[in-house]
Amino acid sequence: MLNIKDLHVTVGGEEIIKGLNLSVGAGEMHAIMGPNGSGKSTLGYALSGRDGYEVTSGSVQFDGRDLLELEIEQRAAAGLFLALQYPVEIPGVNNAYFLRAALNAQRKARGESEIDSMAFLKTVRAELAQLKMDEALLKRAVNEGFSGGEKKRNEIVQLAVLQPKLAILDETDSGLDIDALKLVAEGVNRLRDGKRSFIVITHYQRLLDYLKPDHVHVLSDGRIVESGDRSLAGRLEREGYAFLEPGEA
Amino acid sequence: MNQTQQQVEQLIQSRYKAGFYTDIESETVGAGLNEEVIAMISARKSEPAWMLEWRLKAYHHWLGMTPPNWAKLSIPAIDFQDMHYYSAPKQKDRPTSLDEVDPKLLETFDKLGVPLHERARLAGVAVDAVFDSVSVGTTFQKELREAGVIFCSFSEAVQEHPELVREYLGSVVPYRDNYFACLNSAVFSDGSFVWIPEGTRCPMELSTYFRINARDTGQFERTLIVAEAGSEVSYLEGCTAPMRDENQLHAAVVALLAKKASKIKYSTVQNWYPGGENGKAGIYNFVTKRGDCREDDARISWTQVETGSAITWKYPSCILRGDRSSGEFHSVALTHNRQQADTGTKMIHLGKNTTSKIIAKGISAGHSQNSYRGLVRVAKRAEGARNYTQCDSLLIGKTCGAHTFPYIESANRTARIEHEATTSRIGEDQLFYCRSRGLDEEEAVALIVDGFCKEVFKELPMEFAVEAKALLEISLEGAVG
Repeated sequence: MLNIKDLHVTVGGEEIIKGLNLSVGAGEMHAIMGPNGSGKSTLGYALSGRDGYEVTSGSVQFDGRDLLELEIEQRAAAGLFLALQYPVEIPGVNNAYFLRAALNAQRKARGESEIDSMAFLKTVRAELAQLKMDEALLKRAVNEGFSGGEKKRNEIVQLAVLQPKLAILDETDSGLDIDALKLVAEGVNRLRDGKRSFIVITHYQRLLDYLKPDHVHVLSDGRIVESGDRSLAGRLEREGYAFLEPGEA
Repeated sequence: MNQTQQQVEQLIQSRYKAGFYTDIESETVGAGLNEEVIAMISARKSEPAWMLEWRLKAYHHWLGMTPPNWAKLSIPAIDFQDMHYYSAPKQKDRPTSLDEVDPKLLETFDKLGVPLHERARLAGVAVDAVFDSVSVGTTFQKELREAGVIFCSFSEAVQEHPELVREYLGSVVPYRDNYFACLNSAVFSDGSFVWIPEGTRCPMELSTYFRINARDTGQFERTLIVAEAGSEVSYLEGCTAPMRDENQLHAAVVALLAKKASKIKYSTVQNWYPGGENGKAGIYNFVTKRGDCREDDARISWTQVETGSAITWKYPSCILRGDRSSGEFHSVALTHNRQQADTGTKMIHLGKNTTSKIIAKGISAGHSQNSYRGLVRVAKRAEGARNYTQCDSLLIGKTCGAHTFPYIESANRTARIEHEATTSRIGEDQLFYCRSRGLDEEEAVALIVDGFCKEVFKELPMEFAVEAKALLEISLEGAVG
């Protein structure tokens, strides 16, 4: 699904990702952990194509295509989704309208027909109910006046409606209380169909307890320094990141 | 400049969809302005003597005036002797039905999306179509007459309803009012006249479509709407002009008079040719619009979407004379490339417990300058007056400017005046967010701008709201990137 080779990313003239390799197969869930400033969010933005995140070398294959050749919206249409750590407010733009416009733009780019309004509403409403979100949020402006938890859950609604091939969740668990965390984790688990892949960026083992990722990687100073199974997350939680750089410890 | 940028530039150049020219034989009065020209205009329209007298009084007053220079606009000198003040397509005198109207004219309005012939008429909207200096035709006249409503061209009103015209002409906007209104008073050619009888709710939307076609010609239209006690009317105005290599002047006067407990809603979608990318040509739009809530409980609401013109100088105002009368102003002004706009409103509170509301949204892109200028004045006797003003500016790119000039003058302690202003830039984060969900850059900008304008768009009648949204999208093509 995703194959990253020797990726280098520069932000504002400073190299943040310094030769990262990662391969994510179809249906797999990979967790990426690591200390602040290690490049976790940068990885998500660089894969999405955000301006200012300059890929200086390396390659990224996504679903058989050269991801780095694509514009931001083309990556989205190709099936890449990034749930933002800080979802953005768009005043005056109806949340449901935004979501439908996004879905139809993607469908159009893929040569598919526009979605039927009724079918769309049905999907969205079902997802809202499962995430225990007030339907009134559909009529409000995108993320405007949403609580932190509502914003994060709104990202999961988008994820569920847009049905990407690969979803990157950037600290979707931060700022969530335990009940909301559970709802979000359940929302993500419902989307695991054996084909869809996930990259979950997080600081905490708690979310991973619910999601049970197949692989856990530790990112430090722009490189993956350790990979393992779910037990690695437990070790990090107990010991912190100090063991990563024994030379300096 | 790379290739995509060039394509985007080409898009901007072709974005003005109303820029075509109708090749039609016209009768144009020679260039220049003097008493003879004014007499000629008046004679062409077979006006009564009092009308000509009024025009000449205005002309003599105008000669002693100087153009206003207080706006934040850089206005090149206008040579008033170098333009034509009257141009009309050659046709039979006052066609009695649309069958007698030159098909080329009907075609022009068809192309602009304002069909005048029976079959294709806009459902539920009566249209008066003005081409250069004359009205081409007014639809649904019969239906309106049955309701007692008068809706016709201004020239026709002078002939058919001279007593009404004489009573109200200059009573809201006196000919002395300002430089451009005074010029208009001397040379105005056509426009619309509306009279709604007492207690009548106008059965359909009324609309005037102004089209400038002739070269080197100014358009000076005049619209007068009178709402008798307890009546109600909603009126729409649209404007376009061909793309030309030189500037053209448009100096209109719109006067609204609302009597006791009547309601007038006036909406404009202004899309005059904005000029080329480098500021070459375009329409100079100097317009005086004023509503007079003359009696108690009268209500006047202005809604405008201004996307066109090289220069816009326009302040639709409300004089709140009657007690409990109310004025509203909802505005979206968009400037791109080298366009300049200095627009806003005046709310003059004279009556007790009068209320006014101002929602102004300015969007600037390219190298444009966009100013909001608004006056809220509360007179000494206007006990309990209230105003709420919200003024938001949105910047696209780094080379444009947005300015806000609020003037607040209150002579009554009980007045409550609120003013809120914000300025923001379309954020990279918003664009990224939209694009990461699949919208391309132009769709993303259109969506963000549409959200920004929502409060104003919801004031527009449905068909106009859709048009306004589309117009904004076209006007912003290539604004980012």
